[in-house]
Amino acid sequence: MTKKYHISTNVNGDDYEFLCEAQQTLLDALRDELMLSGTKEGCATGDCGACTVMVNGTMVCSCLVLAVEAEGARIETIEGMAKDNELHPLQRNFLELNGLQCGICTPGILIAAKALLERNPDPTETEIRYWLAGNLCRCTGYDKIIRSVQAAAKEMRGG
Amino acid sequence: MADLRYEAPETLQAAVALLAGAGGPARVLAGGTDVIVQMETDLIEPSLLVDIKKIPEVRQITAENGGFRIGAAVPGMEIMEHAALNKAWPGVVEGVKLIGSIQVRGRASIGGNLCNASPAADSVPPLIAAGAIARIIGPNGTREAPVEAIPTGPGKTSLAKGEIIASFFLPPRPVHASDAYQRFTPRTEMDIAVVGVGISLTLDAGGTCTAARVALGAVAPTVLLVQEAADALISTKLDDAALDKLAKAASAACRPIDDKRGTREYRVKIAGVLAKRTALQAYERARSN
Repeated sequence: MTKKYHISTNVNGDDYEFLCEAQQTLLDALRDELMLSGTKEGCATGDCGACTVMVNGTMVCSCLVLAVEAEGARIETIEGMAKDNELHPLQRNFLELNGLQCGICTPGILIAAKALLERNPDPTETEIRYWLAGNLCRCTGYDKIIRSVQAAAKEMRGG
Repeated sequence: MADLRYEAPETLQAAVALLAGAGGPARVLAGGTDVIVQMETDLIEPSLLVDIKKIPEVRQITAENGGFRIGAAVPGMEIMEHAALNKAWPGVVEGVKLIGSIQVRGRASIGGNLCNASPAADSVPPLIAAGAIARIIGPNGTREAPVEAIPTGPGKTSLAKGEIIASFFLPPRPVHASDAYQRFTPRTEMDIAVVGVGISLTLDAGGTCTAARVALGAVAPTVLLVQEAADALISTKLDDAALDKLAKAASAACRPIDDKRGTREYRVKIAGVLAKRTALQAYERARSN
């Protein structure tokens, strides 16, 4: 029988325990063990950024992290972005400005954009484009994504 | 897939013992940005993964004898955000900055970039140009080796069974010394080098080059340290004649493949052009500090 590892971790402020195999990725564990399917699988090779989450405050591709590495970690996913019934300004601006079409890349882009705005509340368009270079979108052509991030940044700065 | 065992020891000695005692194929897990992809795509099927990230020595950047010691598993983002490293070794930081996306650099390390042994690894040419020394821990104790002695071909290294790179030493910088790394890619981000050039220079007070190291990536089975290219710069102020000689020496050293990113002929030509640009950038930096 394949050995299972018992993992205790924290996702979006809630403690979780689950069992996984050594080769299972954090992405698979989030989706299949914890039923947190907001994090999407795009390429599964770290090229597209759809599975972006925060692990201990660092932005990573969850397909390039093993579930066993989540032991004792603090993980943030798209499910933790809205507070109660209140959407995060990034989420609201993506909706209002059509920053998404099919939506597969959107959770990863929102997590990445939030990490950017926490470091740099007033990024230039170039800074936004470089920061999001690891998040591929095949629908929007990126322009509406950039406008949505800019609008959210402005709103979050109070302007 | 056969049963995979995961271990996360807290000392280098324990990690070495696990790797040396492994009955089947074993891999070191640092950032995992190559190892996990290779497992997912069935390129490798290890029976043991030794996660070294709980070992303090491999996760720290420390000042040492006027230089720096960088742990082999320090993530790229931490290297990029280290102010003193940016000042002393901007070329090394430039190489790290070009590895994958921000997400990838949140995990990827220079130890992994080197041990994955891709000839196009972006952090390797500037580390070789810098004269970086790898500290290797193994079943027979500790040894040191220059970075250029580690890769032996695509995907292959000179590390013996049970050996781990623990850290890299970047030597002290004299005044009027600096480095640069440039790569050529069709896209500005998320791409693999067609050619990469790392150059480290030391100048005298008058701006004459007294020491140089030139390393070329993606133009041979391993990253090349090209003595003739360095010799073209030493005792010059990087005038046009010296730069032309540098470009010729760089192009002459190339033994590249043809692939979708560039033909053999193209890579040979670009290596010379990029060597000139990189040398001038390192020279400007060295003059101003």
